Amino acid sequence: MRPFVENFPFFCIFLAIVGGILSAALRRGRIAWGLTLGICAADFFLSAAVLAYTFINQLSFTYTMGRFQAPFGNAIQAGPWQALMAMVFSSVMGLSLLGGARDLFRDVEPSRQPMYFTMADMVLASLLSLTYTTDVFTGYVFIEISTIAACALVMAKDTGTNLIATLRYLFMSLLGSSMFLLGLVILNSVTGHLLMSPLAESVARLAETGKYEIPLTVALGLMTAGLGVKSAMFPFHMWLPDAHGGATAASSAILSGLVLKGYIALLIVLMVRVFSLELLMEIGITNILLAAGLMGMVMGSLAAMREHHIKRMLAYSSVAQIGYIFMGLGLGTTAGLAASCFHILVHACCKPLLFLCAGRLSAVSAHHHSLKNLRGSAYRDVVAGVGFTVGALSMIGIPLFGGFVSKLYFATASLHTGRMAAVLLVIALSTLLNALYYVPAVLSIWGIAPEELKAEVREHTADEERAVDRLFIAAAAALIIGVVVLGILYHPVMDVLNLGLSLLK
Amino acid sequence: MLETLMINRFSITAAILFGIGLLNVMVQKNLIKKVVGFNIMDSAVFLLLASLGYVEGSTAPIVGEGAVDAAQYINPIPSGLVLTGIVVSVSITAFSLALIQRIYKRYGTIELDELMERAKKEVD
Repeated sequence: MRPFVENFPFFCIFLAIVGGILSAALRRGRIAWGLTLGICAADFFLSAAVLAYTFINQLSFTYTMGRFQAPFGNAIQAGPWQALMAMVFSSVMGLSLLGGARDLFRDVEPSRQPMYFTMADMVLASLLSLTYTTDVFTGYVFIEISTIAACALVMAKDTGTNLIATLRYLFMSLLGSSMFLLGLVILNSVTGHLLMSPLAESVARLAETGKYEIPLTVALGLMTAGLGVKSAMFPFHMWLPDAHGGATAASSAILSGLVLKGYIALLIVLMVRVFSLELLMEIGITNILLAAGLMGMVMGSLAAMREHHIKRMLAYSSVAQIGYIFMGLGLGTTAGLAASCFHILVHACCKPLLFLCAGRLSAVSAHHHSLKNLRGSAYRDVVAGVGFTVGALSMIGIPLFGGFVSKLYFATASLHTGRMAAVLLVIALSTLLNALYYVPAVLSIWGIAPEELKAEVREHTADEERAVDRLFIAAAAALIIGVVVLGILYHPVMDVLNLGLSLLK
Repeated sequence: MLETLMINRFSITAAILFGIGLLNVMVQKNLIKKVVGFNIMDSAVFLLLASLGYVEGSTAPIVGEGAVDAAQYINPIPSGLVLTGIVVSVSITAFSLALIQRIYKRYGTIELDELMERAKKEVD
């Protein structure tokens, strides 16, 4: 008899899917919202239990659905790494929906609100499945589900620009998933497997004997590139600013903080469990990832500096942060992978915080979005101001906040890899660039507004917008705590990640 | 030469189809034609996948009257994947078409350059 806690990862995914179906049947958005929040909370606690169980016993287990053993049944593999990711994904999802609730119920038409939460539930289900899956094809199916759901989250705010942004996002994503599918087909044809563990054995055997070298390289390249396109790796990031910058605050938070990470989580699982880092180093894929990451870090920040629209600035900053993660993957060492995983967690707390605060700051400033018109907005909602400042400081990499620790880990990981000079220089440059646009933004929201602007804002801001938003305060406080905890208590988190990565194989 | 072509006829067709689809996605200005391009690309992948599992002269692996010799059957896994893939492709197509319909209702065009022009005018 195996412990009952081993059912929990499956329950998490199942709850999210059932929640999605129920939300679609509900008529009132508020009820669907409550249901989705409840599911996020339940998933959080279930994942926490799995994390405690796997971390204390130092194990990772395979859960077979309906007790059909591989290769016939579908299975889930859970260890500390997966449980930690699931925990952060579900909690940040809940907090984004909580903090962005006011904007959300204003931006989305009442008749469409239940469907919005259906899509949010499906995003959660696919994020969890992408982390837990042991089957590459199941991974592909959930990639597509998350694509549709994420596009629907963008177009929920029904404006013309959002529709066009969704279209771009959709086409780019489809290209990415077609590439992934093609890679999958080629890989399946040279190995004959789809399940990760036999697949890993065959790939290792092929790599050793040098048989089918070209198909193997093409397959691995296509799968990595496909996931790279979907997670906005540098040259493929053009869809991101429109999609993330225009959507309602909760959607932007979910998309930037979580959806991109789901694909990266699958990529990390594939890299560790199937492809193996040595093989990726040998055929040069890690070098491409490293180059793309380094370029993304610089180009994303440069584009963000030119942007005056606060949410588009944050969206471009996501490109830079994704660059950090790909840089870590591109180092090709376990330390680099661990640093990337840590940065996934930091960015998953930090970016939703920034997006929610930015949404709130523009809500109290007559829905202005340009930094110039947000001058002094922090005094109108102090919590949002503080949250934005914390997020910005973490992004720049000030000690005590999460962003600093991940930069430290990236820098340490780059020693002894032969790429130290490039990585350290680009980290320094990127920190400088981050400071160059985040500091003016922070100064601007805490600045003194000219009288005309004050009068204009006072006139055009509705009373219900100015009222204290308790839900937002709760969500922002939780996310601030998350960022600070990651910045101070990073040792335990890193222990979990290291153990998890070693058990992932 | 001809023999190689014959053996690889499915893969070659799939590659050509994939190219046609990709070209359509890249070059066409009409949004519906772009979606058709995606469909052609998907079909190419499905053709490749189905042909990889095909064994010349074998039948579908349905266990009948005691015939359980694996050599008589084709590989069923790629066929199963194609089925799943078709479902995914249909739902993506439905979603894209619905999105394009919304865009048409809003802007009155599905030509990409006209659409961009009108959207830009609206923002200004």
